[in-house]
Amino acid sequence: MLISIKDLRKIYHMGEVVVRALDGVNLEVSAGEDLAIMGPSGSGKSTLMNLIGCLDTPTSGEYILNQRRVSDLDDAELATIRNQEIGFVFQTFNLLSRATALSNDELPLIYARISVRERHRRAREALEKVGLGDRAKHQPNELSGGQRQRVAVARALVNEPSILLADEPTGNLDSRTSAEIMELFDELNAAGNTLIVVTHEEDIAAHARRVVRLLDGKVVIDQRVEGAEPSA
Amino acid sequence: MIWDNLIIALQAIRTNKMRSLLTMLGIIIGVAAVIAVVSIVQGLNHVIATQFEGVGVTYIMVFPRQDLQDPDLAGREVTLTYDDGIAIMERATGLKYFNPIFYRGEVTRSGSRRHPTGLLGVGPFHQEVSNHWVDRGRFFSDLDMQRAARVCMVGQEVIDELDLPEPILGTDLIVGSSSFTIVGIMEYQGEMLGQNQDDFVLIPITTARDIYGVEAFKQLRLDFQAESPETVDMAKDQIRDVLRARHRLPEGMRNDFQVLLQEELLETTGTILGTITSVVGGIVSIALLVGGIGIMNIMLVSVTERTREIGVRKAVGARKSDILVQFLIEAVTISLVGGLIGVIAGWGLGIIGAKAIPGFPPAHVPLWAIALAFGFAALVGVFFGTYPAAKASALDPIEALRHE
Repeated sequence: MLISIKDLRKIYHMGEVVVRALDGVNLEVSAGEDLAIMGPSGSGKSTLMNLIGCLDTPTSGEYILNQRRVSDLDDAELATIRNQEIGFVFQTFNLLSRATALSNDELPLIYARISVRERHRRAREALEKVGLGDRAKHQPNELSGGQRQRVAVARALVNEPSILLADEPTGNLDSRTSAEIMELFDELNAAGNTLIVVTHEEDIAAHARRVVRLLDGKVVIDQRVEGAEPSA
Repeated sequence: MIWDNLIIALQAIRTNKMRSLLTMLGIIIGVAAVIAVVSIVQGLNHVIATQFEGVGVTYIMVFPRQDLQDPDLAGREVTLTYDDGIAIMERATGLKYFNPIFYRGEVTRSGSRRHPTGLLGVGPFHQEVSNHWVDRGRFFSDLDMQRAARVCMVGQEVIDELDLPEPILGTDLIVGSSSFTIVGIMEYQGEMLGQNQDDFVLIPITTARDIYGVEAFKQLRLDFQAESPETVDMAKDQIRDVLRARHRLPEGMRNDFQVLLQEELLETTGTILGTITSVVGGIVSIALLVGGIGIMNIMLVSVTERTREIGVRKAVGARKSDILVQFLIEAVTISLVGGLIGVIAGWGLGIIGAKAIPGFPPAHVPLWAIALAFGFAALVGVFFGTYPAAKASALDPIEALRHE
């Protein structure tokens, strides 16, 4: 099992009010799965994504990623996990505006302490994988929204992570570009990458072969879509 | 990793050129001030050291100490005479040469030209003691000394100022109300501390006594050369003992004269220059402090502006220490670039300053001053960069990514 989550809780105290953002979530994900996490705002899906992405630590419960108990790692160890195991794709792309596409994609490799030459090679390879081999020297403001998100996907892939974690990846794109990005995700999943997409759009979730629905910090539906094949 | 951070830092500086320059201004001014002052002081120090080294480590100078504030000396006649010098030479061991010096400001005249200068009555060993020799003509002979002959030697400045025509040797020169025949020209010495070293007329000490009388002869300067560097300290003690006995100074009363060695002369000027340096150092440390606060301020702004970037970096695997190092290197880079500009500006200022003050020696920037300036700049960067960098590294990645 790639991901094993047991009774995961995240509780915020806001003055007198206790907010149970996650209230006992159980979830298992195996390698190569294509999963969509859905739910209305405030359902806890962002919190779950932050925990899966090792950006945050839970109040209680257990999270095992690739046989490692990550629920009680410290900051530096979590940074290493984010670097090696997780590839993030954000709604707002989150590229460094002053850096070229290539430099953006090299970023995870810098923190993996990889040599300059190897970095260039792998970042270029990742850009070619997303079809942007000829845009390596362009800065984000010289690229279209779809291209920017492709650069972000290449950055997520560059360190060969266990999970590709996308938070509303098409939220800032028009429908045609969205379809392109989802097609890219389908291709990546078909090539063996584990994909977790957090979204509130049904047609994006329709790409997934498994849909997990959250409400008030609990999993209410965990549904495998039989024979749901990628459709553009 | 360090290299990557350096590139990031330089990019950030380049993106905000004006802002970075203004931030660096404090450091630039501070470092430029250090380098400018040090270069001028060092130039000065260098020249003084070579000048005093010219008279040698065996040089001893004795002069009367007149101090109206000193109750021991008040109401006493302070004297230092030719006979004191003779007595010292008779009783002290380890001394080779003795040169009494009588000084009087006088006006020299030649034709219609007038020039105020220093008239020095000197002994037969003036050349040996002051290590300053005749260039053309001859020095005073024993006969000149015995007969108090009306002969003189001149420095180059006197010749230039009076526009003396060739042949200079043998020409008569009027100094004060007496006339002297020029028998020699002393070698050229140049300037020191803006003072011309070639503006003087030398006459035999005996001639000076003849003209100015015994009363004017009660306060001389007595110069000596010791036999060897080893005998200098002993000679100094002996000079003190002889003079105290001759001046009948009771036990516990302070000397009415002062004995200075070449070493002490260097020390005295060194102390003065050291004081100047430390005063400037104090001012500069304030400038560096202000500069450092400027850097801290701009780094805090930078951290806030780049919160999202920090979030992204953390999301892709940057550790707290990576972010800390990145912003620390950026702060140090700003201060080092400021330091570099400061060194160049200060060097230029030093050269211009030394040229602008007439008679000042050329500026001299020692390597240690540059190293010190850079070291301080780096230190300021680290010190004032730590807080903003720590703030950046402590940012919560989720909060940072949400930042607009």
